Amino acid sequence: MKDLIKEFAKGIIKENPTFVLALGLCPTLAVSVSVANAMGMGIAATFVLLGSSLIISLIRDFIPDKIRIPCYIVIIATFVTITELCMKAYSPALDRSLGIYVPLIVVNCIVLGRAEAFACKNNLARSFFDGLGMGLGFTLALILISAIREFLGSGQILGHTLVKGFEPVFVFGMPSGALLVIGLLLGLFNLLKDKRV
Amino acid sequence: MINNLTVSDSPHIHKQASISRIMWTVVISLIPAGIAGVIIFGWDALWVTLTTVVAAVLTELILGIWTKKKITILDGSAVITGILLAFNLPSGVPLWLPMVGAVFSIAIGKQVFGGLGQNIFNPALVGRVFLMASWPKYMTTFTQPFSYDAITSATPLAMLKAGKIMEHISYLDLFLGKHAGCIGEVCILALLIGAALLLIKGYISWHIPATYIFTTAVCTYIFGAAQLFRGDWLFHILSGGLILGAFFMATDYVATPLTAKGQLIFGMGCGLLTAVIRIWGGYPEGVAYAILMMNGATPFIDRYTKCRIYGSR
Repeated sequence: MKDLIKEFAKGIIKENPTFVLALGLCPTLAVSVSVANAMGMGIAATFVLLGSSLIISLIRDFIPDKIRIPCYIVIIATFVTITELCMKAYSPALDRSLGIYVPLIVVNCIVLGRAEAFACKNNLARSFFDGLGMGLGFTLALILISAIREFLGSGQILGHTLVKGFEPVFVFGMPSGALLVIGLLLGLFNLLKDKRV
Repeated sequence: MINNLTVSDSPHIHKQASISRIMWTVVISLIPAGIAGVIIFGWDALWVTLTTVVAAVLTELILGIWTKKKITILDGSAVITGILLAFNLPSGVPLWLPMVGAVFSIAIGKQVFGGLGQNIFNPALVGRVFLMASWPKYMTTFTQPFSYDAITSATPLAMLKAGKIMEHISYLDLFLGKHAGCIGEVCILALLIGAALLLIKGYISWHIPATYIFTTAVCTYIFGAAQLFRGDWLFHILSGGLILGAFFMATDYVATPLTAKGQLIFGMGCGLLTAVIRIWGGYPEGVAYAILMMNGATPFIDRYTKCRIYGSR
């Protein structure tokens, strides 16, 4: 049990997919304009990660080594399609604002990375907690980045104005602002890591 | 005994010029343009300049203490960054804006990379572009010269972009700075006085400014008007930030190529990009973006214009 908790917890800070492994930066850059988008993206990616990790760890002994990547992609794509159709049906507004980035979860390197590096070598329970932890870490990272960007870029968080008279810094709503925020946060994480060691 | 002597790296030739001496000379060379800016736009220009300088120096000091590096505020480089940033701002901006810009220039434009000598881009221009992208409303509201009560007016280049005819602006007005614009860019005469000082002292070479201005002139002459070879090249040289950029910002030691050949390529690239942005781009003025883009290309230029080592093939 302790082992499982460790697998779960490592995704949040120690091996955070965005800030430490630096995986999945493309959707991070694209959808972190607002906290609402970030939460939607985080939940969608977590669901896909969880589902694909489970299935891959279940059938890991049957997948021939030479064609394992196409097999992973097919499994991942299945879950992405489920996510996309559900999102289209129940939350069309979120689907519109996330746009192409939902289908692109198929090629999100966090999902494939965990399949290749973890799920294909570990049993069901460990893969499940690994996927959950990584998904949560990704979601938290997205929320952190998007909270900074949404606050500085439009003076709001989740549509609520926090400080009156604050002049929004437009650049944080643009892609260049995303690169700035992610770069500085990566630096901060490295600084904290160095301090701890 | 002999072990007590430390031999530093070559070159061993001693010259009076040091970083701080050069930097303070550049500060002096910028003073005429600053005085001209204050005369043209009133005391607002002075307050903006002081704000950026103080904010830049304080940021450098605080970051120096925080990172436990040598405190470098006395070498004058932060002062130059502050002055150049202010020279790139309209005089009527609220004072928090130059402050934020100066902090961004020093912190993100310079210290993040490791301080003076390691910045990829010109810090002052990084600050300007950040402010331009963040608060375009303030950054494009220019005060009319000699109005003192903040009547706004468009810059000559913005008028050109909007397709207005400006018969009332003569070349002499452009040269002396009697038109709307950023604090330090309007008075060409004052800028040239400062540039002459730097050229005579040998602190900047002619390569970048000359090729930069010449390329811009040629490109705007050929493509600047509806018909080919009818462009008003003199207008393009005298308006906007071209002179300020060519002499004071494109000659930044750190972010420009080392060899003369590389500097010629750098100047040409800047000129070409400036002309392209002015003629076909979305913004009326392109000097800042042109210099920053060529700053980014500098490592490649340096790689392909290495000096041949004597005796090698």
